[in-house]
Amino acid sequence: MSADLGGMTVETVLGRWPFAAQFLQEKGLANVLDRPDTALDVVVDPTVLQDMAAFIAEMEAFLGSGEEPVRELTIKGGRAKDGSPEPVAELTARAGEVLCIVGPTGSGKSRLLADIEWVARGDTPTGRHVLINGEVPDNRWRGGSGMHLVAQLSQNMNFVMDLSVRDFLSLHAESRQAPEPLEKIERIATWANELAGEPFAMDTPITSLSGGQSRALMIADIAVLSASPVVLIDEIENAGIDRRQALDILIQQEKIVLMATHDPILALMGDRRVVIGGGAMTKVIAPSAGERANLVELKALDARLMELRRRLRAGEVLDQI
Amino acid sequence: MRFVTVSGPPAVGKTAVIIKTLEHIQGEGHKVGVVKFDCLATEDDVLYRKRGIPVRKGLAGALCPDHYFVSNVEECVQWGLATGLDMLVSESAGLCNRCSPHIRGVLAVCVIDNLSGTDAPRKIGPMLKAADVVVITKGDIVSQAEREVFAARVRMVNPQASILHVNGITGQGSYELGTLWSGTRETATVEGLKLRFSMPAALCSYCLGETRIGADYQLGNVRKMDLDLPTGAKTDGGPGGEP
Repeated sequence: MSADLGGMTVETVLGRWPFAAQFLQEKGLANVLDRPDTALDVVVDPTVLQDMAAFIAEMEAFLGSGEEPVRELTIKGGRAKDGSPEPVAELTARAGEVLCIVGPTGSGKSRLLADIEWVARGDTPTGRHVLINGEVPDNRWRGGSGMHLVAQLSQNMNFVMDLSVRDFLSLHAESRQAPEPLEKIERIATWANELAGEPFAMDTPITSLSGGQSRALMIADIAVLSASPVVLIDEIENAGIDRRQALDILIQQEKIVLMATHDPILALMGDRRVVIGGGAMTKVIAPSAGERANLVELKALDARLMELRRRLRAGEVLDQI
Repeated sequence: MRFVTVSGPPAVGKTAVIIKTLEHIQGEGHKVGVVKFDCLATEDDVLYRKRGIPVRKGLAGALCPDHYFVSNVEECVQWGLATGLDMLVSESAGLCNRCSPHIRGVLAVCVIDNLSGTDAPRKIGPMLKAADVVVITKGDIVSQAEREVFAARVRMVNPQASILHVNGITGQGSYELGTLWSGTRETATVEGLKLRFSMPAALCSYCLGETRIGADYQLGNVRKMDLDLPTGAKTDGGPGGEP
């Protein structure tokens, strides 16, 4: 492809692949942009041209991923740690579904996630196979084009970049080559503010956001801008964020949500629960009508606890609860 | 024997990533070993030895670490073969960002972390640009958006590499990295192979132990910054031209 590329004019190349401009700037070749009528191989040397061809190919694969969305993810069971066949032989999660993952530390939750992330083909210690839309997916999900199946969100994550909310979201949108970036940035900020309940301004540095605001911004950003169709959540703290709405935002964007949690309210919000033990998926539980009804009860309990917390913060005495 | 060169800036978690990855390969019954290159001091050899991984360490001391690496790498390969290793990993820190130990025909891995800032991929240079596999660490403590931005920056510098996220503490992603290492081809010698990128040029008076500052003491491969100094400014004797 680099041979064809060299023969094209700068204008043709930029017209076809607008992101190539960014590549040229990164390479310190911004001056090339001022010579639209020149053939590329006149102004760019062969090694850079080769890299540019590779970059364009990768970006095309990366952006093209939007054409065939991941509608479902199937995990074909392998074996448990003791070598016995995995009790759940097949599990399919669909876009817009929330699957909770429960099990003690060391039970194999991380391995399950790693199998999904690596799109296992019987080549991991569990022998599991992961299918996308019912088929064995190609290598691009294995980091070859920087594509990753799983976006992650956990309580340990913090923002580390020294940027305002606006600049940060612009940077993310730009790196994703997202169409209509301004609309997306607005939408993320609006959703994050709704989730956090405690609004923040666009010029707030992301490192100064409160815990709830940070989490809200991370969730809204994953929903709108992340390339990964699967979202793994490791608990969502029960303070400063509307958790039901957070899940709804992800579901609306057709994400497949996997949530490791031992919080009864979160667990019952899921469509199904996968129980992990001994390195295997041992059971899949769909919440019964009884469980669903208890969710109402649990939420009432939770609201009472939150109210006590509020009173404590306001300096009240808790002799009457 | 399979040979893998691992490089990366200091303190990104190279040793942790190598240990986690080699544990999987050891677990499959293969004999693995490490050569650790550093400048002044390292205790990482103890960490490897604790896990039953034979290790040799090389301290460059007063020499340019990469020149030291390339002058010793063939002997290291021969040590690996003599020790009966199935896989040898060389670990070296790219201390000046201009360094790159990567060899044509030998699997080249660069480790960088999410905390090093979005400009880091551009600054790191040949050890990242010329790598086959880029491992990004410390992804468990930054946001998904920052991971994606960082990975996109890496892709911009090195569009051809496989990019893997590995957690050096839990080992997540290290099994997968191990499959890439195991899939590399056999190396019996690196004699006659070429570096992917030339080493930083050297040989000025300071390479040879000069410590005094001033134009009079600068001999050999010396290059001056363009600071646009006013004409007539003294550059060799300080203000007032004191000797």
